Amino acid sequence: MMALIVSNLPALQVALPIIAAPFCLILGRGAWAWALATIVSFVTFAISLALFASVYDGSIISYHMGGWAPPIGIEYRVDIVNAFVLLIVSGVAALVLPYAYRSVADEIPADRQPIFYTAFLLCVAGLLGVTITGDAFNVFVFLEISSLSTYALVASGAWRNKRALTASYNYLIMGTVGATFFVIGIGMLYMITGTLNMADLAVRIADHGDSSTLHMGFVFILIGIGLKLAMFPLHLWLPNAYSFAPSAVTAFLAATATKVAVYVMLRFMFTVLGFDFEFQADTLKLVVFPLAVAAMFAASLVAIFQDDLKRMLAYSSIAQIGYILLGLAFLTHTGLLASIVHLFNHAVTKGALFMVAGCFVLSTGTSSISSLRGVGRDMPWTAAAFVAGGFSLIGLPLTVGFISKWYLVQAALELGWWPVALLIMASSLLAIIYVWRVVEAVYLQPAPEGITRKEAPLSMLVPAWILVGLSIWFGVSASLTTTAASRAADALIGQSQILWQE
Amino acid sequence: MSEQGFDFQFVVSHYNYWMFVILMMTGLYITVSRGNLIKKVVGLNIFQTAVFMLYISMGKITGGTAPVLIDEPDILYSNPLPHVLILTAIVVGIATTALALALAVRIRETYGTVEEDEIAEIEQKMEVDVSVTRGASGR
Amino acid sequence: MTDANALLLALAIPTVTMFLIAASGSRPNIRDGISVAASVATFAVVLRLLESVMDGARPSVTLIEVMPGLVINFAIEPLGMLFATVASGLWIVTAIYSIGYMRGAHEKKQTRFYICFALAIASALAIAFSGNLFTLFIFYEVLTISTYPLVAHKETPEARSGARVYLGILMTTSILFLLVAVIWTWNIAGTMEFRAGGILEGKIDPAYAPFLLAFFAFGIGKAALMPFHRWLPAAMVAPTPVSALLHAVAVVKAGVFTMLKVGTYIFGVGFLSKTGASDWLMWIAAASILIASIVALTKDDLKARLAYSTVSQLSYITLGMALANQMGVIGGSMHIVTHAVGKITLFMCAGAIYVAAHKTKVSELDGLGRKMPVTFICFTIAALSIIGLPPFAGAWSKWYLLLAAADEGQMALIAVLMLSSLLNVAYLLSISGRAFFAPARDRMAHSLDAAAAPSKGIEEAPLFCLIPICLTALGCVVVFFAVGGLYEYLLSIPILPEAAP
Repeated sequence: MMALIVSNLPALQVALPIIAAPFCLILGRGAWAWALATIVSFVTFAISLALFASVYDGSIISYHMGGWAPPIGIEYRVDIVNAFVLLIVSGVAALVLPYAYRSVADEIPADRQPIFYTAFLLCVAGLLGVTITGDAFNVFVFLEISSLSTYALVASGAWRNKRALTASYNYLIMGTVGATFFVIGIGMLYMITGTLNMADLAVRIADHGDSSTLHMGFVFILIGIGLKLAMFPLHLWLPNAYSFAPSAVTAFLAATATKVAVYVMLRFMFTVLGFDFEFQADTLKLVVFPLAVAAMFAASLVAIFQDDLKRMLAYSSIAQIGYILLGLAFLTHTGLLASIVHLFNHAVTKGALFMVAGCFVLSTGTSSISSLRGVGRDMPWTAAAFVAGGFSLIGLPLTVGFISKWYLVQAALELGWWPVALLIMASSLLAIIYVWRVVEAVYLQPAPEGITRKEAPLSMLVPAWILVGLSIWFGVSASLTTTAASRAADALIGQSQILWQE
Repeated sequence: MSEQGFDFQFVVSHYNYWMFVILMMTGLYITVSRGNLIKKVVGLNIFQTAVFMLYISMGKITGGTAPVLIDEPDILYSNPLPHVLILTAIVVGIATTALALALAVRIRETYGTVEEDEIAEIEQKMEVDVSVTRGASGR
Repeated sequence: MTDANALLLALAIPTVTMFLIAASGSRPNIRDGISVAASVATFAVVLRLLESVMDGARPSVTLIEVMPGLVINFAIEPLGMLFATVASGLWIVTAIYSIGYMRGAHEKKQTRFYICFALAIASALAIAFSGNLFTLFIFYEVLTISTYPLVAHKETPEARSGARVYLGILMTTSILFLLVAVIWTWNIAGTMEFRAGGILEGKIDPAYAPFLLAFFAFGIGKAALMPFHRWLPAAMVAPTPVSALLHAVAVVKAGVFTMLKVGTYIFGVGFLSKTGASDWLMWIAAASILIASIVALTKDDLKARLAYSTVSQLSYITLGMALANQMGVIGGSMHIVTHAVGKITLFMCAGAIYVAAHKTKVSELDGLGRKMPVTFICFTIAALSIIGLPPFAGAWSKWYLLLAAADEGQMALIAVLMLSSLLNVAYLLSISGRAFFAPARDRMAHSLDAAAAPSKGIEEAPLFCLIPICLTALGCVVVFFAVGGLYEYLLSIPILPEAAP
């Protein structure tokens, strides 16, 4: 029995939440649905831990769905890169669900809660599926499973603010356009190679060599995924979706959805198309690189002028995605390492910060920064969590943000790209400004008269503080994350067929 | 033969791609340019259909027959895989359309309109209202 | 107790104190008692370490590996030991003083104040003991963050904007320049350890060395090198004990200490003088000395005047590093001590004046010397020390800096140092002069309260304020006579690479 479970872990990773999802609906009561979803999320987290442990040494698990051998059958392929991402997704899910109980009870009517948890589990399953699968078309299918459930989740914020509906609608339109672009890109690759298995694709593309169809395929995939991961300037759906979605959803999405999209991009760029695909390298340097820098500054600047805490954090997310893309665009081992490590670091940081924002929403009823004046006295733990998360966002030492910045700057300096190193630092100064606006409001401004705000409940504080704790822990002792990221970067670079010169 | 700038053969032999491009652009244009939420969905559907066509037509092999196994050794089959993929994609497309329409219904219920500019106007007013009340309570 | 354990203990005491203070927040007497006791305990441990270091011990502890190859390591060498001794010794004085001041001035949120204060001291000690550049940078930032709440303590709009400037400049410089310089060093040298004779020689193209030095010199915003000095006057909105300990001793000295460390242990004095990479820095420092002194003359606010004086004096130390010879390093390090003792006295006097007479402007001090004789006598002693007149401590450090400048044959710098001393006389002694000799103004015009109060002969600050002032003023004299030992000790700062005889 045990052996059966162990050998089928990759399938269970995705199948479990998918199968559990309808049961949430059947259970019919919010609390029960929540309990089921939470248990499932814990189990999926355990599974991804097991998977991560077994591939940490660099081995690869190849699981054949239904016993059909690849490249005909669908293959689930776990290596260090996606095991790392699986860990992020399932880990954040396992933290967000306990958090969600109170937050969702506050923001969503009781009779709709089972549906909410169903959608949530589907979203988790979709994201895990995207990450684990080794089949290009399967990526699209899971991407749409997660996206469709995300649209529904965002729209469920309408009970708090009706603008969630339009936010979700716009997200749907842009997301679907992105997914369709992505599918066109896959079609182009299929046209060249006649296969959809990613490992097989990589070999055949290397054999096939350069062609304009390949260029088109790459561009379609880049734009499609760019829409999903909110690459500047394709980010327009993100701020509204994040600000109006229920707090628990925002925390989950900010920490996982864009990260998974980044993973897909990494996978297609480096595993499938190859690290040394010249057209891709040019595109990265000439298009993605400037856009990443623009995102770092433009989005941070916009964040400074937001009055809504969640919206501010959303814009900050766009800027942080800029850092991740910047690391990619360096096209070096260190750069890639920085990107992957920032994937994790930003997930932890932003997850924590959005959870804190959710705590504020629960207590003050609004997420506007001006309503947070003097809240540090009434909600000391929540406020302290925000400060710690904010430090990480800025990239101060002893937080994870510092680790990412360190590697990013190191990557820039290795290439001798001076101005870029300074630009990275300059943009993190903008982060100081927007984080500090909140810190000042929370601690140094007098609270409005006659308002008392209750500290957030423990079920919300504990998950938020676990994430904050992680962001400090992995900032103080980053060996585990950086080693994993370094191996992942090796795997991505090494999988391209042609030798990469150091 | 391609010396003459316009290669008729090339254009004709790739006519499925031309159709794909035309449909795709039409769909995308409608999605982007129309302010009516329902029309956007229609555009999105056309856009997706274009992709279905791309996939299905590339599975067709000249002289190939439908991929149903028959007892004849020399027969040429069309590639069945793209068809299968597109079946999935169609399902996804329908789900998307259903969700989009459901959202449109909810938006109609809450805002009383499905025209984008009118919605934007209402939302602008909401924002102003919020800041007014907030300013008042702030003082 | 081994030296390594003593090192950790010295760092642990202030850290644990934070929690104790937080726990005893509701009982002010216990809280303040803990704070004083911790400062005494820390100083005792530091003295114990000083003794071993003077015997030649070089304890080193590695805590954790943050990133592959990058460790948090504490290692003591003479320069760091000196800074640690100064910071922890003056903490005792300030701990006592803040009790008098904070209660006398009825400040709010005193628990937060003491917590942040202990954290600031802990990070200052960590900076002093740091064994590599990476560790130093980390605690440099911790120090910035932990002092922010202290600067913003009053929570008034002025305090908030002052704190904003403080944080803004220190963060901007440290992240934009210092961090880049640190990573650059790591990239080219492959190590960040502080090593005698420097780690950069032969690793960096000498043509780039001035640029890297520039990143360091401007990145260490705490050294208040112009044009990044604005935070120091802005930080004067803080309560006086903060200004006294942090902005005359711990924070600013952490800055110049980092500067000296970088000069001696990263670049190496030999490398700097060989390549002339620091020549430009000499002139920037000289300009900083003069301009800040002149600005100080124009300031009517007592603390602002002292702040600009600090900016000017800090550049002496930077200058000592930039001169890149042994005398320069000795003079600079000695100035860390002498200026610390002198400036803390001046700031504490300013605080005492505020507590006793509620005066913050120089122009309001007329005749106050007769009401507060002890305070003003101490003020004068410290002022003379800063100016550099014997028999007060400042004389020696200036003397060695002059020697260093003469060694390099820089007559212009000698002139600058002389001129600056004259300016010091002008802006510091004029205060004492007013206080003692100017006739008291008609106070009716200024404040009705004061006029209503019966005029007594002596109106000194609380005893808790007065004792520390006397102690540090005495220190100014003691250091002058103890300089022989100090000089011997400073000679043990390794200048040359260890391989050389």
